[in-house]
Amino acid sequence: MKKKFRIEVDCANCAAKMEEAVKKVPGVQDATVSFMTQKLAVEADDDRFDAVMGEVVKACKKVEPDCEIHLK
Amino acid sequence: MNRKQKTVLFRIIVAAALTIALHFAPVTGVAQLLLYLIPYFIIGWDVLRKAFLGIRGGQMFDENFLMAVATIGAMALGTYGEGVEVMLFYQIGELFQSCAVGRSRRSITQLMDIRPDSANIERNGELVEVDPDDVAIGDIIVIRPGERVPLDGEVIEGASTLNTSALTGESLPREVGPGDEIISGCVNEGGLLRVRVAKTFDDSTVSRILDLVENSSLKKARAENFITRFARCYTPAVCGLALLLALIPPLFAGNWAEWLRRALTFLVISCPCALVISIPLSFFGGIGGASRAGILVKGGNYLEALADTRVIVFDKTGTLTRGVFAVSELLPARGVAPEELLETAALAEIYSSHPISRSLREAVTTPLDANRVDEVQEIAGHGLTARVDSRLVAAGNARLMDRLGIAFTPCNKPGTVIYVAAEGKFLGAVLISDQVKPTARRAMDSLRAQGIRTIMLTGDAAPVARAVADELALDDVHAELLPADKVARVESLLAAKSPRDRLAFVGDGINDAPVLSRADIGIAMGGIGSDAAIEAADIVLMDDDPAKIPLAMRISRRCLRIVRENIVFALAVKAACLILGALGVTGMQAAIFADVGVMVLAVLNATRTLRALPAFGR
Repeated sequence: MKKKFRIEVDCANCAAKMEEAVKKVPGVQDATVSFMTQKLAVEADDDRFDAVMGEVVKACKKVEPDCEIHLK
Repeated sequence: MNRKQKTVLFRIIVAAALTIALHFAPVTGVAQLLLYLIPYFIIGWDVLRKAFLGIRGGQMFDENFLMAVATIGAMALGTYGEGVEVMLFYQIGELFQSCAVGRSRRSITQLMDIRPDSANIERNGELVEVDPDDVAIGDIIVIRPGERVPLDGEVIEGASTLNTSALTGESLPREVGPGDEIISGCVNEGGLLRVRVAKTFDDSTVSRILDLVENSSLKKARAENFITRFARCYTPAVCGLALLLALIPPLFAGNWAEWLRRALTFLVISCPCALVISIPLSFFGGIGGASRAGILVKGGNYLEALADTRVIVFDKTGTLTRGVFAVSELLPARGVAPEELLETAALAEIYSSHPISRSLREAVTTPLDANRVDEVQEIAGHGLTARVDSRLVAAGNARLMDRLGIAFTPCNKPGTVIYVAAEGKFLGAVLISDQVKPTARRAMDSLRAQGIRTIMLTGDAAPVARAVADELALDDVHAELLPADKVARVESLLAAKSPRDRLAFVGDGINDAPVLSRADIGIAMGGIGSDAAIEAADIVLMDDDPAKIPLAMRISRRCLRIVRENIVFALAVKAACLILGALGVTGMQAAIFADVGVMVLAVLNATRTLRALPAFGR
């Protein structure tokens, strides 16, 4: 399942680091972060999607403490 | 500037003022250090905080951490002013980056400010202003002159002209009347329109275009991915060099403090921000600029691939030709005026619902009086006869002429031929065919001038295809192809080309979906609402104009050129700073100043991609 989320991230380098970190989360097949439009696109297993997203948020916070992911 | 940015600006001004003042202050020693720590913390507290959090999270090569180490190092070495100035310049650079990105985003949003705010629904005879989201399919809405069309639908009453420039980049207004389909996003210029809504707001053309442009930044170009990978290697590499610089030379030559200073300079240059921000910004601007010209590009990778395109394969009907049958030539017999030929044919066919009759009627400039026509008799497979102005007229194909024993001059030109005779005398032939789009020839010439091979594939008959190919001076043409043949043909072309070159296919989407997805780049005539096209293609031409293709290629090449300029410029300046820093020629301030300067210039250069290109030219 592919889903897009609105994010808040301050610098382009941080966005790139977030993308790397999210790609490494188990269960994530692919991820893209666009700094320009402040969007995160995640492709992950359907059945565990919410659990995977929880891990994604944690991974991002580790890499960039000031980032925000709007999971709504 | 938003509030966060304004706070940073305030901190910069205060810290800068204090630093300048402290330069002239007659203090030394611990007092001086303490005083300098004030502006240092004012300007750098968030960097230090993030650095600390970064270490906790295991992020060693965080630019905050490196800035912290460099400036603390500077303070430790006694050069307090330098430490504060480095932090100051860094924050100025970050602020500039933030503002530039914000401005770019806003200008794209403005460019794409086609989203309507409200719709006027007709309820119980009254007009109610509602949110476009709340309108259902089948509702009747009213669009007043000057308003933006909020939803896709069909005109049920009213005649007007629409300004489609926001969607297609075309300033030529489009006339609409009852029965016409209109799409959201256009501006109603002429008169009041009553429209029956055909699609909900989420499915409307305007929403889908906005979605497309928004999501296009998620499909990254090769250059963008390269920069991300490069940035990941660059920072640790420079830090490693800094470490070597701090340790190795002093082991032989002593003077630890000096070499430590030079190493700290390295740390300051270790952030590749100029590249990491300017490259995505360039592509974002490129896509935004293209959408203003009515070219919707679904990803930076497609914009990039356009520049490598060497072969373009075209569908015929609807892509290179208008797909509408119209009178293309009048071939009157000797002594007959062309207008008489046309008018007679049109009058004879006036009661027929055949598309041929429509094209005849549309070609006539003077109003046709149906009362002049009588006794119409259709002969299936042949044509018809009628009494026009009390003359017995026959209009139809060659078989009709033979049957009526009328001697005629056969016309062998490709297309549908209507022979016309009156009172047994041959009046001439009317040639009806699909017409090549007016800008197609210029577009093909432009492409050929760029060294691109143009090929046409069509399911149509060979003579018609040949005629079109000759008119447009195409390099190659394949006719009478079944849909499966088209795919096979594209496959063989793909196999024949070199791996670096790209092949683009241009079609009108309805039956071209498999080929559009097979080609490296699928370009569709988005037309006025062709859903299949918008779905299947990688690039959509909102106004069906083939001339947009050479324009898209020029936009792509300019974008890549700007990206290359930025990469070369940024890397060259950074390398120079590293060398000069290692040699001790420049200090930390110069390094950060150059770094920020490079970033400012790279970002400004990147925003050039937003500017429009002239329609034709190099």
